Amino acid sequence: MKVLVPVKRVIDYNVKPRVKADKTGVDLNNVKMSMNPFDEIAVEEAIRLKEAGTVSEIVAVSIGLQQAQETIRTALAMGADRGILVKTEAALEPLHVAKILKAIVAEESPGLVILGKQAIDDDCNQTGQMLAALLGWPQGTYASKLAIADGKLDVTREVDGGLQTIRLNMPAVVTTDLRLNEPRYASLPNIMKAKKKPIDEKSPADYGVDVTPRLTVLEVVEPAKRQAGVKVADVAELVHKLREEAGVI
Amino acid sequence: MPVLVVADHDNAELKTSTAAAVTAALAIDAEVHVLVAGASCGGVAEASSQVAGVAKVLVADAPHYAEMLAEPMAALLVGLSDGYSAILAVANTDGKNFMPRLAALKDVSQISDITEVKSADTFVRPIYAGNAMATVRSSDPLKVITVRTTTFEKAAMSGGSAGIETIAGADDPGLSSFVENALSEQERPELTSARIVVSGGRGMQSGDNFPLIYAVADKLGAAVGASRAAVDAGFVPNEFQVGQTGKVVAPELYVAVGISGAIQHLAGMKDSKVIVAINKDAEAPIFQVADYGLVADLFKALPELAEELDKLPKN
Repeated sequence: MKVLVPVKRVIDYNVKPRVKADKTGVDLNNVKMSMNPFDEIAVEEAIRLKEAGTVSEIVAVSIGLQQAQETIRTALAMGADRGILVKTEAALEPLHVAKILKAIVAEESPGLVILGKQAIDDDCNQTGQMLAALLGWPQGTYASKLAIADGKLDVTREVDGGLQTIRLNMPAVVTTDLRLNEPRYASLPNIMKAKKKPIDEKSPADYGVDVTPRLTVLEVVEPAKRQAGVKVADVAELVHKLREEAGVI
Repeated sequence: MPVLVVADHDNAELKTSTAAAVTAALAIDAEVHVLVAGASCGGVAEASSQVAGVAKVLVADAPHYAEMLAEPMAALLVGLSDGYSAILAVANTDGKNFMPRLAALKDVSQISDITEVKSADTFVRPIYAGNAMATVRSSDPLKVITVRTTTFEKAAMSGGSAGIETIAGADDPGLSSFVENALSEQERPELTSARIVVSGGRGMQSGDNFPLIYAVADKLGAAVGASRAAVDAGFVPNEFQVGQTGKVVAPELYVAVGISGAIQHLAGMKDSKVIVAINKDAEAPIFQVADYGLVADLFKALPELAEELDKLPKN
């Protein structure tokens, strides 16, 4: 079985984003960029399935600027086999991304697509669900455990009340949550080897996908800042202030 | 055209988050309908009809809606969508699961996690873990929206008298089935709707120390949360996690204990009315958002806090 793993290049999770003065978005110039953390978990899960003998080939896909190739290289260094870079300058919405991925699925025929549950830049949490819808496949979102048996996929999901297990027909789409696994670091020899792994370059037009925006961003601003508070000397003062000043207990 | 809100419920009880989504819906159009999809959910339909501002309640009662799995839910909503200009759901793990599936089936872009309705087509939503707020306008004929319910006032849960209409529902697409739930015992208030939340972080050092948090929480009638670090370390289960990718809470009082205050955690709690931080590291970023900061060893401070709370006159 082949697995497709889409990976997104996003602002590194340790960087505090800064809103641009002209309110058009967040400043990405000279900012450290990395693979979306949930996508790292997706790549790791695919590798573990390959190590277990369930999966034969892992294809990593990224959609975005030329630099997204670095994100694919990271996936290849971790253990993916080859890459597809869909180059575009356009700011895509999850719906567009899902349509491009659907076309790639039609070409590659994977048995499973594993994606991060959300990207930490736009926080949309949509692409996997949309891809599943467009393919007519079932979806296992927020996965913390996968088990494949008898052509069915059992997905244990992190839900608001705890954990939920569902059984899906295959092929299926899975999105990862934090506790699915702990992604490995790529070793230096594997980083060198990854440089020789093939990456195909494509464009949205190659897949016949119209990327006209449906959403217009009118402005991006900083959230209201909280006023700096006070330090209290001890627990007794804290309780006193919470009761007499804030009136919350 | 009217607007449809998908009720958040567990087949027995209508969640108050639904009332917040109704408020968001009323800002889009004056005619708001509520869909109750579930199994043996008549009581929830009854409760929904009493929410102020709701004009009509639709009930799809069938076994395949019991767990709100994405495939049957999206199929049901697609069938209803032509009569509505917008469909809204609560941005919890149910709504976030089935709504994008609906959006893609309708070939529209979803607007996730809105915090404000500017007009019928323009909404505000947080991006970058709430470090930026984007105002977006949708050109799609149908708006598919998930609502961050902590930022909307809840419509009154009584006083309404909407008619209840039973609808046929749609066939189960047969792609997925429910196996089991492993849900936590609910002995404390629910995290996302609690008036007070007490959360523990890495500083708790072990799950064995969380009873110190529980003791304080129970004296306050509070829910218990945690930072990602505490969940990843196995101190507490995943459903405790507050943050960018966990639960978003905005209680009247949030007490962060042994939590350093990573931006991912702040994203989940910085809209709380009053924030208290207890941390032994005076430089911890959590103090920058705290109204009241106590620099102290939590292993001393928590038992003291429990004791001080005991001294308070009972209301």
